[in-house]
Amino acid sequence: MAGAREIRTKIKSVNNTRKVTRALEMVSASKIRKAQDLMRASRPYSRAMRQVIGHLAHANVEYKHPFLVERETIKRVGYVIISTDRGLCGGLNTNLFRKAISDIRTWQDKGVEVDLVCIGQKAVQLFRRLKVNMVGSVTHLGERPQIAQLIGVIKVMLDAYSGGQIDRLQLVYNDFVNTMTQRSTIDQLLPLPPSSDLAGTHAWDYLYEPDPETVLEHVLTRYIESLVYQAVLENLASEHAARMVAMKAASDNATKAIGSLTLVYNKARQAAITQEISEIVGGAAAV
Amino acid sequence: MSTIRCDIVSAEQEIFYGSAQMVIASGEAGELGIAPRHAPLITRLKPGQVRLLLENGEEQFFYVSGGILEVQPSVVTILADTAIRAKDLDESAALKAKDEAERALANRADAMEIAQAQAQLAQAVAQLQALEKLRRSLKH
Repeated sequence: MAGAREIRTKIKSVNNTRKVTRALEMVSASKIRKAQDLMRASRPYSRAMRQVIGHLAHANVEYKHPFLVERETIKRVGYVIISTDRGLCGGLNTNLFRKAISDIRTWQDKGVEVDLVCIGQKAVQLFRRLKVNMVGSVTHLGERPQIAQLIGVIKVMLDAYSGGQIDRLQLVYNDFVNTMTQRSTIDQLLPLPPSSDLAGTHAWDYLYEPDPETVLEHVLTRYIESLVYQAVLENLASEHAARMVAMKAASDNATKAIGSLTLVYNKARQAAITQEISEIVGGAAAV
Repeated sequence: MSTIRCDIVSAEQEIFYGSAQMVIASGEAGELGIAPRHAPLITRLKPGQVRLLLENGEEQFFYVSGGILEVQPSVVTILADTAIRAKDLDESAALKAKDEAERALANRADAMEIAQAQAQLAQAVAQLQALEKLRRSLKH
């Protein structure tokens, strides 16, 4: 019966694993909803922000802010990479990093240098091992990230852009499509890509207090911050969704493993009984 | 009676949406009272109160720690900051982010040690497994 006992221990350990994965699955399921609420709550701000910037672009024709002007030569590119703090969320981070790294490599092949800021523990862990220049990082944002936690890393990049150290800024994050789908996304933050509501001219202009440059600088900085914040929230929702799916798969696999192990266990038990009977019968016959 | 639509939002939530007779806020250049059909205006806000005179004559107050006020003839949009912002504070936040990155990079030595330890652990486990196998084959 030695084999049977080993199998029984194995079944018990798989059972315990299943308990953990089940718990993680349910925790993530409830956290997704909260993350989605956060995403929804921050949407009016970015919508209003876009409107204001749209109006500004329509109104103000004589002054062009550097954030809106495409630079001719690109010598250095900045990346803001948003990852999760914890693992056990399937291929979420891996897919994102693969995409980010291949994008970074294409720049490096062209002789363009790359600066990074990392948001989230996983990105920090990976990129400190690679040959890239990490200029800022922030980790452990928690379940309710706040824009105050992100100001630092964003300012590092915005200063680098205004100071001419970087000529372009990219944002890398997981876009939450729905619970089953998360898309790794690379967006261009700076210079702000021209969109339909950022084009065109109008005859009227705002009254600016104190002056157009300061106001535009302020508005654009806040806009970039809100974009990064929104991306952090998307990434958070993606993390929980991916973890829920991964843990559900793990629980299902554990159930399957337990089923087949039970079958093996029963067979071993049956074999042991049969053997014992035949030994007894053989012994009786010999007597 | 004419009213103006007012929309107060922060990056983290929508704070107010509705119509008002007048919006009073403290802009960078001074107090502003925005009535309907105000000329288009955009300004930074100082930390302070935003006062709304609602349609039914009631007053409502909000505190903003800075932000942007945009006026269109029929709409007032206030993009409120949630965090307390000042140039020095922002600078120190940026420095902190840089420090954190440097610390992460400085820990690279630790990561190497961890990798080494992991390799040693893997070796030890392999040796143990070999011993276990040997023991079992001796038993039989």
